[in-house]
Amino acid sequence: MRIALFIACFNDVMYPRTGKAMVRLLRRLGHEVVFPRGQTCCGQMHFNTGYQDDCIPLAEHFCDVFDDYDVVLAASGSCASMVKEYYPTLADRAGSQRLHRRVDAVGARLYELSELLVDVLGVTDTGSYFPHRVTYHPTCHTLRMLRIGDRPTLLLRNVEGIELAELPEADECCGFGGTFAIKNADTSTAMGSDKVANAMRTGAEVITAADNSCLMHIGGMMSRGRSPMRPLHYAEILASTRADPLGTGGPVRAVDRPTREFAP
Amino acid sequence: MPPFPEAAAHALRDSQQRHNLHKATRTIRAKRDALVAERDDWEQLRLSAEAIKNRTLAHLDEYLLQFEEAATAAGATVHWAPEAESANRIVAGLAIDAGADEVVKAKSMTTEEIGLDRALAAAGVDAFETDLAALIVQLAGDVPSHIVVPAIHRNRAEIRQIFEQNMGAFGRPAPDGMTDDPASLAAAARAHLREKFLRSDVAVTGANFAVAETGTLMLVESEGNGRMCVTMPKTLISVVGIEKIIPTWRDTEVFLQLLARSATGERMNPYTSTWTGVHRAGSGSGASVIDGPEQVHIVLLDEGRTDVLADPAGRSALRCIRCAACLNVCPVYSRTGGHAYGSVYPGPIGAVLTPQLRGLRSEQDRNLPYASSLCGACFDACPVRIPIPHLLTHLRAEVVDDEPAFPPSPERVAMKAASAMFGRPAAMGLGERLAGLAHKVIRGGPDATVPSVPGLAGWFGSRDVAVPPAESFSNWWSRTDGGTRESGDGR
Repeated sequence: MRIALFIACFNDVMYPRTGKAMVRLLRRLGHEVVFPRGQTCCGQMHFNTGYQDDCIPLAEHFCDVFDDYDVVLAASGSCASMVKEYYPTLADRAGSQRLHRRVDAVGARLYELSELLVDVLGVTDTGSYFPHRVTYHPTCHTLRMLRIGDRPTLLLRNVEGIELAELPEADECCGFGGTFAIKNADTSTAMGSDKVANAMRTGAEVITAADNSCLMHIGGMMSRGRSPMRPLHYAEILASTRADPLGTGGPVRAVDRPTREFAP
Repeated sequence: MPPFPEAAAHALRDSQQRHNLHKATRTIRAKRDALVAERDDWEQLRLSAEAIKNRTLAHLDEYLLQFEEAATAAGATVHWAPEAESANRIVAGLAIDAGADEVVKAKSMTTEEIGLDRALAAAGVDAFETDLAALIVQLAGDVPSHIVVPAIHRNRAEIRQIFEQNMGAFGRPAPDGMTDDPASLAAAARAHLREKFLRSDVAVTGANFAVAETGTLMLVESEGNGRMCVTMPKTLISVVGIEKIIPTWRDTEVFLQLLARSATGERMNPYTSTWTGVHRAGSGSGASVIDGPEQVHIVLLDEGRTDVLADPAGRSALRCIRCAACLNVCPVYSRTGGHAYGSVYPGPIGAVLTPQLRGLRSEQDRNLPYASSLCGACFDACPVRIPIPHLLTHLRAEVVDDEPAFPPSPERVAMKAASAMFGRPAAMGLGERLAGLAHKVIRGGPDATVPSVPGLAGWFGSRDVAVPPAESFSNWWSRTDGGTRESGDGR
């Protein structure tokens, strides 16, 4: 099957390794992966902060880029939920029935990784190998907007050598919430501390999830707290094999926060 | 009251309150989940409730008039209050007409919203709360922090202290030998309240439902204080938001199944009281009252509700039945508590209802829609399926649309910059140039973190950020033709 990758701007710049892992995994399973040129940001940060007018051209552009593909894989769960859940709202705001039809159509062909593997490709065992203790955090948007349920853990359970540790209070938000993390930094940090504490209780080496943005927040707090745990997108775990194993890379090395700031 | 971010920061520093909230919300949550799980028609019930409320709101004018007609025919007096001030004036006038210098209150969220107690005090009338948690809040000179459990932020030891110190000033003092055992505290409250029930000629209540076809009010509770208020005093005054209407008696079947499970994790609440006008023997105006109050007044309150109804995108908030299930599952509320919201209705529903009722004018109201990480737990818990995350983003857009474009706020500038950077493929290389610059400046290894960036201090206060890698995915794809012209691992 030919699968078009929607990487999302944030992954493109900050976490290219997640996209590469998806490419490796899908090719290994015998599929063709294409990367449509010209793809940009889905507009989620703008939308969730209230800047809806800025997102309308992004929604139009998203349709232009992905209109011609039957199956689109989103490397970010929350960006996929933005397209499926909120692009129709933007089309209403733009007063465009045509855009509404286009976003509905493209949304129906857009999948998160575990949906693609389990529902479309019929794969639950990806032949992966990752001999580490791992805990899985179900991110809010994949759990409560995309409703992917336990598909990721179904896939992870079949990884050879893995030891999956149950995360206490797993379905509670980690506190990232996009600009919420900055606008309500204290509340976001309180939520994040609880998430980190629960993750630490599992004794896992790795915390994994379907969204790098949440992992950036959780991992950022772990780094600041000198936690020995490593945040890792689950695509990277699935991409790891006996022939070509991925190490955990150890903990994110904490660097003392410099007192110096960049001059504006 | 400071806006939410500051108020929340203050609340988060209260470790005792955080512990109390965590424990209480987890307990209610677990009970609710267990009881919802035993109903295989839970989703159908939710859909039914949503449909009933939607139909009612679509024809609210007709149902209100039908309610007025039925309630009046049954001997009640219906008053219309367009805003808080007129509602307060009506209630104070009725209390004074009844010759009362004090009233007992139950189910008083709506009266809290309109500030009735202050208006009554100004008219020389003392108002006494009779719900146990509301009593605790009143004795402590506090405000409620939860819709169903107003004193959720307190624990037993604190409650005992409040009773010992303040009960005497409000009436019967706490008995000697009172412990912080719930039974002992409840006995002290019962003795204190009973004196008030027996003494008061006027009660002021809210209502959970107002049935249009029969003119009936319904009050749902756990303690029986509401039952005392609607049966014992001679004059009963109920302040009811116009969104509390449901069309028929039969509709209560759906809501009663949803409400107790969602609110307190019970199959059925202990007390459900209904009253339809004045209960007389025989008919005609000469018939004598045989039980219950001699005068029944109903104050139908608008106070911004029709403004909410006028917005098709926001009106679903009026479906709320005040069960607080959204508060109990909210990761923000369960850490900050209710006071941080600076609103009678805290938590997720407060964040979407209060700014709509008050009109997004104050700095505080404009901050409320942002008091959420948009995690969506509230929608899943809501028995009337209010799409709270959608309402939050809708209200955030209203806040932004309403701001002057010039001079642009720093946030607007940042958003425009992000659009420019991420919205045009040609500019995507910019991110990499920044990453390259960061590498040159920081010179860390693959796990180096970025120093604090001006304007993002909120992030860097508690979190590190790894330096972005030197090459983006899109450049890697171009350079290696999607990894096909590259030996090695593509990681």
